[in-house]
This record gives sequence, structure tokens and C-alpha cells, in this order.
Amino acid sequence: MEVTFSVKRFNPEEGGKAPHFQSYTLEMDESSTVLDGLIRIREEVDGSLTLRCSCRSAICGSCGMRINGQAGLACNTKVIDAMRGDAPITVEPMGNMPVVKDLVTDMALHWDKVRAIEPWMQYSGPEPEAEHIAPNEDMVHLAGVMSCIMCGACVSDCTSLEVDKNFVGPAALAKSYRFVADPRDNADAARLGSLNEYGGIWDCTRCMQCVEVCPKGVAPMERIMSLRDKAIDAGFVNTNGARHAEAFANSVEHSGWLDETSLVVNTYGKTNIKEMIKLIPVAARSFKVGKVPPLVHKKRPGAENVRRIFEKVESKK
Amino acid sequence: MRYAFYPGCVAQGAAPELYNSTIEVCRKLGVDLDAAAMQSASCTGAGVLQEKNQRLGDTLNARNFALAERSGLPLLTICSTCQGVMSQANQRLTSDAEYLSQVNTDLAEEGLEYMGTADPKHLLWIIVEDIGIDKLKSMVVRPLTGFKAAPFYGCYLVRPSSSLGFAENPDRSDALEQVIEAVGATVVDFPGKTLCCGFPILTINQTNSMKMVSNHTLDAKGRGADAMVTPCPLCHLNLDGYQPQAAKQAQQPIDLPIMHLPQMIGLALGIEPAAMRLNKHIISTRKMLSTIGVSP
Repeated sequence: MEVTFSVKRFNPEEGGKAPHFQSYTLEMDESSTVLDGLIRIREEVDGSLTLRCSCRSAICGSCGMRINGQAGLACNTKVIDAMRGDAPITVEPMGNMPVVKDLVTDMALHWDKVRAIEPWMQYSGPEPEAEHIAPNEDMVHLAGVMSCIMCGACVSDCTSLEVDKNFVGPAALAKSYRFVADPRDNADAARLGSLNEYGGIWDCTRCMQCVEVCPKGVAPMERIMSLRDKAIDAGFVNTNGARHAEAFANSVEHSGWLDETSLVVNTYGKTNIKEMIKLIPVAARSFKVGKVPPLVHKKRPGAENVRRIFEKVESKK
Repeated sequence: MRYAFYPGCVAQGAAPELYNSTIEVCRKLGVDLDAAAMQSASCTGAGVLQEKNQRLGDTLNARNFALAERSGLPLLTICSTCQGVMSQANQRLTSDAEYLSQVNTDLAEEGLEYMGTADPKHLLWIIVEDIGIDKLKSMVVRPLTGFKAAPFYGCYLVRPSSSLGFAENPDRSDALEQVIEAVGATVVDFPGKTLCCGFPILTINQTNSMKMVSNHTLDAKGRGADAMVTPCPLCHLNLDGYQPQAAKQAQQPIDLPIMHLPQMIGLALGIEPAAMRLNKHIISTRKMLSTIGVSP
């Protein structure tokens, strides 16, 4: 079958020529992958096309790139799945990182963030006599997060990193969770404390891009949510994020649904005069146009049933 | 067509214009909304409760689904976030019989049991799947010819795709574009249409949240959009409600009206803008309405 690729090209040595798309059409087998196509382009059509790849089996994590606008591995994306009618398959370098050449990005930002979370076991108890063995049931749930191959797909498409490179990002946070949840690591308080700062767990937008693009099912966002819960349980409650989570739950528990006004006030903290003052123009603009929420938050009929569910389920946690 | 109507918290709170426009549009479309069926329903948890306790979130959603089942009606929502959270909960509940029966033990006291038959659907999906794009087209009395609309889905209506039935219902991936075209308007495509509006971090990192608002609105506007259209009230709160702050931070004017999905449909069906509270937006819709020849 005939497959057309539209590949984003950029060569810094071509004196300031802007990145541009170049089309290549190949006759390909139905079982071929996008990586097969790119390698054939490089070897048979255009030797100047630059890409990174190695294992061709979704193990090494080298061939991360954006295919049809979404990050993934070229080696485990079949051309037949990437074709959308007559439109070409677009191939671009990953996002949120500088492009070195064509499809090759500089992944320093990714590695720096992974290093920053101290991705090694930190154990401070007595030296074990032999291997430090953890019970199977404590480790089996970590299998998913341990399958991360550091390809950078989640980093590429993270919407929070897109606006703020200070964010630790999904890959590093998932890696941090892997140690926080490991019973042999006992640096949890220090790890959670540092992740509780600006750029840490609370800066995730919960947009699920990382869950969607991860080729290995790591679901970084779910790990970030678990880290938030662990941070709150460990006593890190003095953040807008932690107060928001608590105020949200309180509102639903007591009235069955969300009281938006009290949620905002309780998230900032009732005594946070500075933030309360900042809310005045927002509220004034709303009142001016007549966009006014109900002034009294009424309980849902049957709210007592919701409250009972909270008590029952929370007692099981 | 009759549905158990689950508007979600925001349409009954900070975004009353979404509630009003839904009622008006559904009346025109012949969609009968039973609000009483879901009167005692709770919040879905919006993903926030699920951070702390997924089982709790799933139990609350199972309760809502059981209420819908009791009414014998299919479940309709008008919030991308509610839809996503309900779809994810429903996937967990219906794929594990033992889990469902454990969850049901916590509903028993109220005399409820979730049988696993609910199929919560956003109004957007109901339009393309139950009503049909051709039917919608045939009902248009005021085609929005020349009007350029940028779609903005809201994360939870597009991800994770494995929970949202995209494989069985391929129309869901471009439903918003289909509706924009059906009402006679032109789609302004832009990469941000499926990305985050910034609302979830509004109170946590407002600088980043505002960057998301200005990036998306300025991009859409730069591509010629007269307005943005969203099926998500949370996106609307940020993109409309906080656009003045975003413009201030970006140090440039934006002035891009943001419409709720039913408001755009309602205009094409001949509903008066004021009946859908289009005059009660933070970013004025006046100029936008004049481009389609409607007085505000």
C-alpha cells in the first residue's frame, strides 16, 4: 500500500532556515511501522533525514516522536493505524524540548528532572544481612510504573510543562512515586516535602495527556494523584492544592454537590486577605454582567445518603 | 427522546447560562429532559475526590447511575468533566463484577443497586449519535454562515480515549467540528482544541493557568476565529471568566467570546441570545452576534 509521510525537517546548519514539512511517499507492507518507513526514507530516499532509534521493539525508548500530533514510539505505531484517509502521516520531533536536528531532540530537560527526584533507593535502617527483600504484595502494584522506558513521550505532550519548564513533569513524578511507594525506601518525607513545592505534584493539570500518550501504560498522572494523597497523609497540608482537595470533599460530603464559592475561599484560606482582595475584580466583573451564581448553596435532596457513603467508604481506606 | 438529566454542579452554579441554553435548545430539538430523575444525584467527584479515594468516587457515581437506572431513562450530561469522570467510573464498575457488588453493598441502605446498564452521554455525543447531524442540519433556521468557530473540547471528553468509547463511536473524535459545520459555521482548527484550559490549576498556579488561557485564545483568534465553542463549563469559566486576567498577564488584548455548545446551536435554531444569557458573559458577545446578523 502507498503511504505518505509528512516529516518536519530542521537543520541548524542550514543557516536560519525555518522548520518545514517534507513529503515522502513509499510503497509499504501493511505490517510496517512508522519507524520502518522513516528508516527506509533515510536509507533509500534521503540520507539527510535524522532520527534516533535502536531496539525497534518498544524497549529502549529511543524513537519517541510526535505522530499525527501525538507523542509515541515510531517503532510500535503501525502505519495502517496512523493513516487517516488520504491525509499523510505527520511526523514531528517531540515537544517541550529543543530540536537538535529533524526528529532528534535534546532530552537534557527530561534527564535533569529525573535526576532531580533522586531516582535511587534511599534506605537508612540497619544494613540488611543479605538482599533487602520486600514482600511481593508490596511490590506487585509497582510493576506498571516500573515499566517506564524513559522515552519522554509524556514529557513531550505535558500541558503544564508547555507553559512552565519548572514543572517536574510526568516521567520524573512517576519515577518518584516508584520510590515513595517502595517499602524499602524511607526517604518519603523528604521526597514528598520537595514535591510539595512550586513545580511539584500540585502543578499537574490532570489533563491526562501523559496517560494517553504513554506507550507502556505507566499512567503517570495516576501516580501524581497518589503522590498528592500521600503528601496530604504525611501532613503536607499547607498548600492551595491540599486545601482545595479537602474543601472539595467537604462540600460534596455535606451538601451532595459542589459549593463553588466556598471552595475558592477555603482553597486560599479564609484569612488569606491578599488572595481575597484579588478575587474582588473577578467577582465584580461577574456581577456587572449579571453572571451571578446562586447566593445560597442548598443541599441536594438525599444529601444524607451521600454523607453516609463518605463515612462508610472512608472508613475502609 | 427522553433523558435523565444530569447537569453537573457548574451549570447549576457558576455557569447558569449553560443550564438555560441547554433547556432552550433541547426543547427545540425535541429532547425531553427529566431533571427530577437525577434530583438527588451527587457531584461526580470531578477527578478531585478520586485523587484521595477512588472507591469513594466510584461509589458516588454508581449511586448516580442507579438513580438513572431507576428512572428507566438514558443519562444525559452537559459537562465534559462529568462525562469523563462518569465514563472512567463506569468502565471500572462494569468490567469487574466483584468490585461492582462490593460497591453496591454501600448503596443497599438507600435501597439502590447499580445493575451496570447506565451509558452516560454528553449532549454533544447525543447530538451526533442519537439525534443525528442531518436532523440537526434540517432544523437550522438561522445558518451561521461566515461565522468562524474554534472548537475546544475539554480534556475529559477526549482522554483517556480508551474509557470514552471512541473505538465503538468514531464520531466522538470530531463531534464538535461536525456540529459547528452542521449549523453552517466554519471550523477554525488549532492544536490547542484538545489541550488543557488551565482551570484545574487556577487556584494553585494562576500564572500557568492564565498562560494556557492566553495561548489557546490568542492562537484561535490569530487563525481567524470569531469565537470559541466548548462543551465544558469548567473550560468556559477559565476561558471566558478569567480571560481579562490572561490578557493582562499576556500584555495584549484578547477579546475572544467563548460560547457554550448549546448556545451556538441555539443561535442556529433561532433562539434569542438573551434567552441563552449570551448577554451575561464576561467577554462580550455583542460583536460576535453582529457578524451573524443577530441583535444581542
